[in-house]
Amino acid sequence: MKQSIRVTVNGEEHTSEVEPRTLLVTYLREQLDLTGTHIGCDTGQCGACTVMLDGQPVKSCMVLAVQADGAQVGTVEGLAANGKYHPIQDAFWEKHGLQCGFCTPGMMIAAVGLLERNPDPSDAEIREQLEGNLCRCTGYQNIVAAVRSAAEAMRAGNAQPVATSGASGAGAAGGVAGGVAGGEEA
Amino acid sequence: MSVTRMFGASVKRREDPRLITGDGMFTDDFKLPGMLQMGVLRSPYAHARITRLDTAKAKALAGVHAVFTGKDLEGKVAPMPCAWLVPDADLKVPSYTAMATDTVRFVGDAVAIVVADDSYIADDALDLIEVEYDELPVVTNQEEALKPGAPQLYSDAPNNQAFHWKFRNGDADGALQRAEVRLKQRFIQQRLVPNAMEPRSSVADWNAGAGELTLYNTTQNPHIVRFLISVTQNIPEHKIRVIARDVGGGFGSKIPYYPGDALAIFASRMLKRPVRWTEDRRENFVATIHGRDQIIDVELGATRDGKMTGLKVTNLANMGAYLSLAAPGVPTWLFALIVPGCYTIQDYACDVYGVLTNTTPTDAYRGAGRPEAAFLIERMVDLLAGELHMDPVDVRRKNFIPASAFPYTNGGTLSYDSGDYDKSLDLALKMVDYEGFRQRQAEARQQGKGKHLGIGLSTYVEVCGLAPSKAAGAMGFQGGLWEPATVRVLATGKVIVLTGTNPHGQGEETTFAQLVSEELGVPVEDIDVVHGDTSAISMGWGTYGSRTTAVGGTAVLKATLKVVEKAKRLAAHLLEANVEDITHDHGRYYVAGSPTKVKTIQDIALMANLAWDMPEGMAPGLEENHFHDPTNFTFPFGAHICIVEVDEETGETKILRYIAVDDVGRVINPMIVDGQVQGGVAQGIGQALYEHAIYDERGNLTTGSMLDYTVPNATQIPFIETARTETPCPHNLTGVKGVGETGTIASSQAVVNAVCDALAPLGIKNIDMPLTPEKVWRTIQAARAGGTTGS
Repeated sequence: MKQSIRVTVNGEEHTSEVEPRTLLVTYLREQLDLTGTHIGCDTGQCGACTVMLDGQPVKSCMVLAVQADGAQVGTVEGLAANGKYHPIQDAFWEKHGLQCGFCTPGMMIAAVGLLERNPDPSDAEIREQLEGNLCRCTGYQNIVAAVRSAAEAMRAGNAQPVATSGASGAGAAGGVAGGVAGGEEA
Repeated sequence: MSVTRMFGASVKRREDPRLITGDGMFTDDFKLPGMLQMGVLRSPYAHARITRLDTAKAKALAGVHAVFTGKDLEGKVAPMPCAWLVPDADLKVPSYTAMATDTVRFVGDAVAIVVADDSYIADDALDLIEVEYDELPVVTNQEEALKPGAPQLYSDAPNNQAFHWKFRNGDADGALQRAEVRLKQRFIQQRLVPNAMEPRSSVADWNAGAGELTLYNTTQNPHIVRFLISVTQNIPEHKIRVIARDVGGGFGSKIPYYPGDALAIFASRMLKRPVRWTEDRRENFVATIHGRDQIIDVELGATRDGKMTGLKVTNLANMGAYLSLAAPGVPTWLFALIVPGCYTIQDYACDVYGVLTNTTPTDAYRGAGRPEAAFLIERMVDLLAGELHMDPVDVRRKNFIPASAFPYTNGGTLSYDSGDYDKSLDLALKMVDYEGFRQRQAEARQQGKGKHLGIGLSTYVEVCGLAPSKAAGAMGFQGGLWEPATVRVLATGKVIVLTGTNPHGQGEETTFAQLVSEELGVPVEDIDVVHGDTSAISMGWGTYGSRTTAVGGTAVLKATLKVVEKAKRLAAHLLEANVEDITHDHGRYYVAGSPTKVKTIQDIALMANLAWDMPEGMAPGLEENHFHDPTNFTFPFGAHICIVEVDEETGETKILRYIAVDDVGRVINPMIVDGQVQGGVAQGIGQALYEHAIYDERGNLTTGSMLDYTVPNATQIPFIETARTETPCPHNLTGVKGVGETGTIASSQAVVNAVCDALAPLGIKNIDMPLTPEKVWRTIQAARAGGTTGS
């Protein structure tokens, strides 16, 4: 029996019918065509599917779509705003923080969550807090460098404001909708 | 932007914008109208006869379109091919059907498929398939499998032996008999699971009317897949299009063409609908190839002053239940020829036994044979140093092939192209302050605080840039290893580069653009490198074996130079000058000495594409092809040094420093090269400290998830200090040697050498990988209790 849910994803509200067993990641990928969020293990170990859910990074293969009813979801597609990359995107590009790019969306979202909790993390703190996100390509070194660089940029005020609702439209307000700073204010 | 020096610049990657925005297109991201989802039922038994298979309930489930079993494939889908038929090895290739018909031979062997509206329904239907099995005796270890009385996987492969391959150079037996010192050692190359982050995936789209197949596939080599589909599913090669847009890591595991791919194609043909199959991680663990799993016995002969004189190696390679696509070549050709490493040992013999067991098939995993070879020789050098009470640096230097000796034919009959092993070692020793470390270590040992400091070296050489096609043929590889390239300049001056390689993280969309930009004077932003589409690109052998830039890049460079040559002739015509008088820089063509009258490459491209005013006899267009077949392999080398601290209380190994000095020839993009080294070293450290695929006695993979199998996380990999020496490859135009596998080939033994160095005062000589805290702790306990261990 399908259930109706209302979810705001990257600032855009969606009303959808889903099976109760549908995972949030499946809903995002198959029903909303947001294929930037990837499935690496579907058992909550790799972190490729990390999205923002009401301001907290979560592994969307561990959340049912019905649990996101009424929630704000932010995915990689919502990171850039006003035609500008989020500092974490700039930093991953600049520091060569990705190779194949499959873990990258989840890694960047997890990093945004980490920087919200701690705007000036040490390398050791970055490594510790990203241990739930696996990367097989980079050896993590440039990911750590990218997160540190994004932290600097964000502290210097280059961060995009982060939307908390769909009011200003997905593309325009941007940021990780429902994520980071905005999550608490919503 | 400036195009002055693109070769050697750390240009930001051209592939990244789509990947950091979620706009990458991995195979599972493709959705076609009317697409169905396929699920695979896999055997829970390692060896069993199927006595009953009932699909009725599954077929009856709403949303299920079809259920197929092995019998449905008969006459339609030929067995999975093995394409590395090593000669003179009494090779037996067992029949590997895409689904088992009567006997399953490993946990994960496919038994049935369901095609349904979505993956959830497909999973439900898989649960409704009723299968009864009669269990058969199981053997998972290759040494056990060879013994008389072991369970037999096939009636026509006695003792489970798939092949016995031999290599001989000089007189190894004689050299060992004459040797003043003889050392014997067994090394276990434990089984690894590649774990590319993107699981394998296929979207098959059969167009019955046109008789055409389009396959979206996560593969390192789409043209090889096209060929294999053609010969196994009876579809003419020109009616098949294989597309691999973004591929989420491979590390060798996406070289083979797999049963899942074949079954998705079969299902699409039967149902005349697009069919998508994407494995989950659990399937990936059991049904995607594994790596390594070799038991290697070594005997080394040397003089008392440390000169190595003879070497004998026996390798028992666990091939798994079937011979995967390139599997027989891995423990033989890719392993044996490079075993003598950087050293002058000539008297050398190697025997390799390929053994069939009730396990997931093994095949190429990053480095493929060469990490095992480098590990073996670099560990033996350290064991010899320990035996002779010599410094491992001195033993290495004593045996190095001198820089003056290149080209040098090694004990494996490979012709090393260029090298300077002292130079990279000197730099690494300087970076680590070797003498200073040895002093600190001596002091720490005197204080004896339960923390043991150790240093480990690895002065490796690898064989990469696969390969001269003639050599491929001689080795029984059922393909060529050349590469084509097309460089096409459009009317607007924008450039399309086509390559038959298929980079999937290695960054050649950028490095190839740099190569073209450097010669053509077009900004990298104006150059797109297209790969991964068999309809766009004539042919290609793919990305593996650190071949993409050395082989594919050379093809791109040569095609570019042909374009430059034509541009020059056209410029001469437009400037009304002789072609000999035309010079060019940064995309500007002019008569030497009069740089005011200029035709830019964009002017020339426009005229070539319009063809309004061409020189007599010149064809329109500005596009050139080149087919490059290398004349030799490439031989990157370097020196890696690892410093560890081993905690006697916990057995835990902490890497304090890791230094990687690599010589990969000329470097096009240092940022990308550093990234390749860092990632490769992480995988080597993974093997040294963490990773191990373990089977129980019934053939269950007990490390079958990311919870049980340690894919290293960010806290488990140290900061890696990289540096380079640069010895160009003398036999290709780019001077590039290749870097994709370097880090992995170089690193495991540096870590193990360091741990063994740390524990040497306890009499510990060897510990098998992975060096988990428990294993190290137990080894220390045993050493404390009873003296020397591990030899």
